[in-house]
Amino acid sequence: MTELWQGLVKAVELIVSRDPEVMEITVRSLAISATSCTITALVCLPLGSLIHFSRFAGKRALVNLIQTFYSVPTVAIGLFIFVLLSRAGPLGELGLLFTPIAMVLGQVLLVMPIMLGLTISALSSIDKAVFETAISLGASGTQASILTLREARFAVLTAVIMAFGRAISEVGLSLMVGGNIKGFTRTLTTAISLETSKGDIELSIALGIILISLALIINVVLSRLQQR
Amino acid sequence: MALLETRSLGHEYGGQTVLKNINLEISRGEVFALIGPTGAGKTTLLRLLDLLEMPSTGGIYFDGRDVTSSEQSRLEIRRRMSFVQQKPIVFSMSVYDNVACGLRWRQRKGSNTRKKVMAVLELVDLAEHGDRNAKTLSGGETQRVAIARALVTEPEVLFLDEPTANLDPASISKVEELLAQIIQEQRTAIVIATHDLSQGQRLAHRVGVLIGGEILQVGSPAEIFRSPRTKAVAEFVGVENILNGIIRSKENNLATIEVDGQFIEAVSHFAVAEKVSVLIRPEDITFTLAKETTSARNVFVAEITRVTPLGQLARIEADCGFILLGVVTRRSVDELQLSPGKKCYTSFKATAVHVIKRWS
Repeated sequence: MTELWQGLVKAVELIVSRDPEVMEITVRSLAISATSCTITALVCLPLGSLIHFSRFAGKRALVNLIQTFYSVPTVAIGLFIFVLLSRAGPLGELGLLFTPIAMVLGQVLLVMPIMLGLTISALSSIDKAVFETAISLGASGTQASILTLREARFAVLTAVIMAFGRAISEVGLSLMVGGNIKGFTRTLTTAISLETSKGDIELSIALGIILISLALIINVVLSRLQQR
Repeated sequence: MALLETRSLGHEYGGQTVLKNINLEISRGEVFALIGPTGAGKTTLLRLLDLLEMPSTGGIYFDGRDVTSSEQSRLEIRRRMSFVQQKPIVFSMSVYDNVACGLRWRQRKGSNTRKKVMAVLELVDLAEHGDRNAKTLSGGETQRVAIARALVTEPEVLFLDEPTANLDPASISKVEELLAQIIQEQRTAIVIATHDLSQGQRLAHRVGVLIGGEILQVGSPAEIFRSPRTKAVAEFVGVENILNGIIRSKENNLATIEVDGQFIEAVSHFAVAEKVSVLIRPEDITFTLAKETTSARNVFVAEITRVTPLGQLARIEADCGFILLGVVTRRSVDELQLSPGKKCYTSFKATAVHVIKRWS
């Protein structure tokens, strides 16, 4: 119990004093997850709209498949990326393994089903008459789709934030394809994992508090936006 | 040349025919009311005309151009039209942005947009609500935003689907005043679908009666209301007295028609011995206690069988050898002491009788 208390005190000290290592890890985690979520959003919002507004055979099955991948194990994605980027792999020559780019790539694949599935759900929750009204007022199919996406903006924002939460909190993937290299690919989750195994509970707790605080801030921002 | 034309237009949903053989011509600046009961196919027809759906059969021509060609040409033509739906959807944005979106989609940018939007908001009396979120408006205000949104693009054809359905009486009169103003000031062709006969009568130059997916009659409001061509149209336009008879004699255009042993005089072009139906509007029937000398050629002794109050009016059912339904004011009911069992005289003019061919 004393150890835990000391850990908490030390953690607060590290945060308040803006310990360079803690800050660096935090900024890197945010940068990698934000980059992966931005890339995913750029792909998934138009792709989700395309799937929602298109009529094709097997659409229901495709949506079910996407939803199934919500809970894909991070290590499975990690393994896939590892094989892809390892020296003997098809993209081995690019030398991307154990770099932040590999971590971003992995996180994109990890959160893509969540953002895609939730974007489709968000659009499905909007009255079909919105799209049709836009068409009747002279919008092209693309313009009407953008309007519908705008109408579903809060639900779409939830999708983006859920994806960000999944990206920033995963550990298996980052360890496998990032390698937890100090000053290069170490993130909040990989650092917690490492420091705990080394017995540096204070640093682990400090990083854990930051991670939880980030989740809290994101949730508060989200609920504020949804109440508007 | 008609601005908008349909040729043998038909539509099916899941193998069920909802519209058949629709042939219509709408001219520039014309107000055409499409009247018919709920489920007659009015909304489907408007959706086809606004190119929201492809017809199963037949064609639609806009300015002489077949609209069933490419998607791009459908978009171009759709941008020359506007549609106000029965339950208008406003977008989750300001009233101003709701109205401006049609112009933005047409890429008509610049200060002109603001000028046009503000002018149309003035027209619908919502200029002060430009910054308000459109989702917070009342039903009547929402309807006016929908009309403003449709008008701002200066469409050549405006489709209105039951524009006053689900509104309170005050909002109905405001929206109707607005429509009347638009009709007077703009050269937009308007196709208005309504189940409210009087609205069609008030606003339209021509009326088409759509029943069971078919246009049964097209004509001026007066023609439709005074001279329905079929029983279905007669019933829909409120002719409650539909009596079957046979023409027994004829002198010039004045025919004597036997109905249940009684003889009704009417202006008719049908020949002697033809089986016909006699249509008389309830408001054309007069009730008196004594036989009066009037110009009415049809006078019958009657016994009141039922009196049904209808607000300031009352519906009277009288047996004159055949059952006749009339409408009188409540004051007349009191003055004449009309009640079941009361003997009276019913009268109506020969010109108030409309004769059509009997359908069965």
